[in-house]
Amino acid sequence: MTVLEAAHTSLGGFLAQVTPIQAPEIDYAAILPMLIVLGAACVGVLFEAFLPRYQRWSWQVALTLLTLVGAGLALVVYLRDNPQQGVVTLAGVLSVDRPALFLWGTLLVLAFGAVLLIADRSVEPGGAFVSHAAVRPGTIQDRAQAARLGMQTEVFPLTLFALGGMMVFCASNNLLTMFIALEVLSLPLYLMCGLARRRRLLSQEAAVKYFLLGAFASAFFLYGVALLYGYANSVRLRDIAEAAAGTNRSDTLLYAGLGLLVVGLLFKASVGPFHAWTPDVYQGAPTPVTAFMAACTKVAAFGGILRVLTGAFQATSWEWRGVLWGVAIVSMIIGAVLGLTQTDIKRMIAYSSVAHAGFLLVGSIALTGEGLSGTLFYLLAYGFTTVAAFGVVSLVRTADGEATHLSQWAGLAKRSPLVAGVFTFLLLALAGIPLTSGFIGKFVVFSAALKDGMAPLVVVALLASAVAAFFYLRVVVLMYFSEPSPEGPTVSVPGSFTMVAITLGTVITFVLGVWPAFVLDWAGAGGFAFSTT
Amino acid sequence: MTNLAAAQATLAEAAQVGAAGGVARFAWLLIALPALGAAVLLIGGKRTNAWGHLLGCATVVLSFLYGTLLFFDTTDLDPQRRVRELDVFSWIPVNALQVDFGLRLDPLSLTFVLLVTGVGALIHIYSVGYMSHDADRRKFFAYLNLFVAAMLVLVLGNSFVTLYFGWEGVGVASYLLIAFWQHRPAAATAAKKAFLMNRVGDVGLAIAIFLLFRDLGTTQYTEVFARAGELSSGTLLAITLLLLLGACGKSGQFPLQAWLPDAMEGPTPVSALIHAATMVTAGVYLVARSNPIYDLSPDGRLVVTVIGALTLLIGCVIGCAYDDIKKVLAYSTVSQIGYMILAVGLGPAGYALGIMHLLTHGFFKAGLFLGAGSVMHGMNDETDIRRFGGLFRYMPVTAVTFIIGYLAIIGFPGLSGYFSKDAIIEAAFGQEGWRGWVFGGAALLGAGLTAFYMTRLVLLTFFGEKRWEKLTSADGRAYHPHESPSVMTVPMIVLAIGSVGAGAFFALGDNLVTWLEPSLGALEASEHGVLPHALVPVLTILLVAAGVAAAWLLVGRKPVPVTRPVRVALPVRAARADLYANAINEALFARPGAWLARALVFVDNKGVDGLVNGTAALLGGGSGRMRRLQTGFVRSYALSMLGGSVLVVAALLVVRFA
Repeated sequence: MTVLEAAHTSLGGFLAQVTPIQAPEIDYAAILPMLIVLGAACVGVLFEAFLPRYQRWSWQVALTLLTLVGAGLALVVYLRDNPQQGVVTLAGVLSVDRPALFLWGTLLVLAFGAVLLIADRSVEPGGAFVSHAAVRPGTIQDRAQAARLGMQTEVFPLTLFALGGMMVFCASNNLLTMFIALEVLSLPLYLMCGLARRRRLLSQEAAVKYFLLGAFASAFFLYGVALLYGYANSVRLRDIAEAAAGTNRSDTLLYAGLGLLVVGLLFKASVGPFHAWTPDVYQGAPTPVTAFMAACTKVAAFGGILRVLTGAFQATSWEWRGVLWGVAIVSMIIGAVLGLTQTDIKRMIAYSSVAHAGFLLVGSIALTGEGLSGTLFYLLAYGFTTVAAFGVVSLVRTADGEATHLSQWAGLAKRSPLVAGVFTFLLLALAGIPLTSGFIGKFVVFSAALKDGMAPLVVVALLASAVAAFFYLRVVVLMYFSEPSPEGPTVSVPGSFTMVAITLGTVITFVLGVWPAFVLDWAGAGGFAFSTT
Repeated sequence: MTNLAAAQATLAEAAQVGAAGGVARFAWLLIALPALGAAVLLIGGKRTNAWGHLLGCATVVLSFLYGTLLFFDTTDLDPQRRVRELDVFSWIPVNALQVDFGLRLDPLSLTFVLLVTGVGALIHIYSVGYMSHDADRRKFFAYLNLFVAAMLVLVLGNSFVTLYFGWEGVGVASYLLIAFWQHRPAAATAAKKAFLMNRVGDVGLAIAIFLLFRDLGTTQYTEVFARAGELSSGTLLAITLLLLLGACGKSGQFPLQAWLPDAMEGPTPVSALIHAATMVTAGVYLVARSNPIYDLSPDGRLVVTVIGALTLLIGCVIGCAYDDIKKVLAYSTVSQIGYMILAVGLGPAGYALGIMHLLTHGFFKAGLFLGAGSVMHGMNDETDIRRFGGLFRYMPVTAVTFIIGYLAIIGFPGLSGYFSKDAIIEAAFGQEGWRGWVFGGAALLGAGLTAFYMTRLVLLTFFGEKRWEKLTSADGRAYHPHESPSVMTVPMIVLAIGSVGAGAFFALGDNLVTWLEPSLGALEASEHGVLPHALVPVLTILLVAAGVAAAWLLVGRKPVPVTRPVRVALPVRAARADLYANAINEALFARPGAWLARALVFVDNKGVDGLVNGTAALLGGGSGRMRRLQTGFVRSYALSMLGGSVLVVAALLVVRFA
């Protein structure tokens, strides 16, 4: 008070024009899941600092899984009595609306599956992660540590940080927050890619490539934000939408900004032609991390794309839609056609993810309620199938690690019919055969696009699906109708963690295929919220 | 206006159709018993070999006894309340398509129940003896039980879908039984032929049901019949013709008659039960059951009559030329069913008469087939009547029962065929104008021809020179004709009694016509016939006598060559070639079908496969080329991203400012 009075007397009327800063109101219940995840990530860092090495794994696993369950519970409790139209909190920075809650739930369950794969230490003795990432590959120390059973347990807090970043990313209501969330989710992923126990060089190369290209894409994103700020004088989605609705500002700024912003987002979603990192990184990263990236990053990225396109650019959709049509077509063709000649199973799934990103983009640019709910459903379905598929990939091994070359999968059904059967089912889901979630996902997304007048795009999407079905079925044929080679891979008996992850993914893929109604209802429960009013 | 009328009709119908209670509550047992028998025998496999045939007989006999109980339960009711329904379970509850598995217990269905289970039980018992040397006797009884169950579903179902279910069921049983000796190529081919030709008819029936569902939203008899008036006349005609197509397939009517004679490759009891007495009459049942639909479409009925008249003549003519005892009987079946179809085509003036002939025919034709089986049993499975002769002395019971059946079929006064066939001929002459002359004339001519070929059959088999004495059968054994065991003769005797008395029992006092009234409506006697009523029986008897005399002159008086003459007149040659029915089918359908298939295979191989393989090669090549862009160098990846970004931004700006 004395300060204020002194200011009054000294500066007089000047300060009368300045309103005092008010602390924003924070709806803690709404953002509790996010707070739990980020808080637990910090606790995980403390574990690394203070717990003895041999205790870290068990404490970290327990903490991470409990965090995910706790955040999930907080989400469910909040869902029961939150307003239908959603809330915008933290001074308008975050919107906790139905799509955000659905995406958060999806991220949490998918991360749960991925963490189970990360935590498994029985398939690969000691876990899929190296014990000292800093040792140079190929040296004597490196060969010595390959046999050592410990692992770099920082991977758990890193996972939680990335997950927290993703949750913020798909709920953020302004572009700067979105950018920070993008970095929070990306940086841990770059590190995690380099932590593979086997094939260290490939893994480190993947990490560096991902980092360099990710930095490049972030620059695009940030440049786009800057141009949009120049256009709308604000980074809030709502303000950009209002500015675009009726002004005589420079449209060059708007569309150049939009283009660069979208490029940054499409990069994260591994949509072609911004996909170039995907095969190399999917192949090099430890398989559990690949599962996490493939499932969760895609969810977060498409959550961001949906929110940005709906929130800021709905009014100008006639101008940009054609361009994104082209991008979707390019992505579907690249994914489907290049997948045909892949010889490595992880690269094949990587190209499959590029094709799927194209399908998801088809649903995302519909900008209708059905397009939104269809895309959300597709993300959930695709995520579970992918986590389970990478879980199976981690099981098929030779003495030097995973047997990812396709020729090594020949005749697998004769040796382990169950694993081959599960993988066949998952491949059929990726191809979109009925009785799997993949079919329902494609169906809802394509029918939404069709209703929004995008018939030619849907035709291309269906053709691309047909082409992509070839390389999924080729693996099935390989597993069932080829003679196994005598020095072929062995199939590890999965530990309980991997077992649970694969079972979870497979069962949900099936359940969503035969009884999708409840998830579709939930995905279509409400639209985005962009302002407090 | 029409809606109101329809609603009233529904109300009236609803008042008529009561729910089945009391003893009728367990009517599903009729079907369940033989179905259970079939299931036990098929699933039990070889373990049931020892007692399988007994179980097979027992289930059908029990069904027959329960059917009799139901019959008397129904006769106790007031005639207006004799149509009852029993809901068993909800069968196909899909959105608008609601089909309940329900049974319709009315005079028509109960009549068929008694025929199917009664004749069925006799033939089961006969088969115990006939099939006693067959290793697969148990399987035979399993299939027979399956047939009885399916046939009962067909006649008892209360909707067209249930009927269709039974219809396909008897088709399967018939297929399995024709091919029972599938190691004989002829039997396997005959089964395939029967199955394929039946499919043609089944498609017609299925489309008729689709049409009913499309226009009325239901397939339940009560609702369909009550609302049949809502259908447009074109739809009505289409439905009647499609139902007729179904009936033609199942009942061996023109143009789908060619499978029935070949079906005689099956064991003789099968020919008697399925391909004479019961299954092949399903077409007559279908038309009679759908009488409210046919009543509304005189044009449809006319086609039915024409088909019937044509078929009865075709059957008679071919029957005159064959030397195979079972094939002659088979063509006689074709022709007799022609009479029934002709009768039901006459509408209210004929429905009940068709059913009456169906019942009497069931008795005498089953008896004739069992007699033929008994002859074959004693003659090393020989079927060529030119190699028989003078068998009366060696198998007297068979001969007497066979001759009773023969007298019944030619319409000897007082026997059952006389009452039922005469009534049809009279009704045919009862039509006005040219129809009376044409249909009546055809029926009359058919009666004369029937007398001719049946007399020929009897004379060549049981009388005259013993031509078999100097011959051996195909497997080199000499013939030692002997009477069959009593397990076979007793059913024949029972059927012979039916052949004698059934007609009089049904016809005198209009017993059957009155009993069927709740299902088929009152019989309309014709008033404006082209011939006086009294004249028709006289003409019939005269023509029958002429036919008998002609046969006597041709084969009774003079010796008959053992091998059949090759140089014969054109009509005989045509008749021996089934009036070229197979050739016509071959030329009109089989060969063009084969050509079409070959053309499609060509298009598939060259065109479709070429396109597919070409596309695959194109995509694979493209993939290989595009793969080279994935160099593994971050700098080229970054360049591709930059290129993409420039394109996206440029495209956005072009779209905006161009």
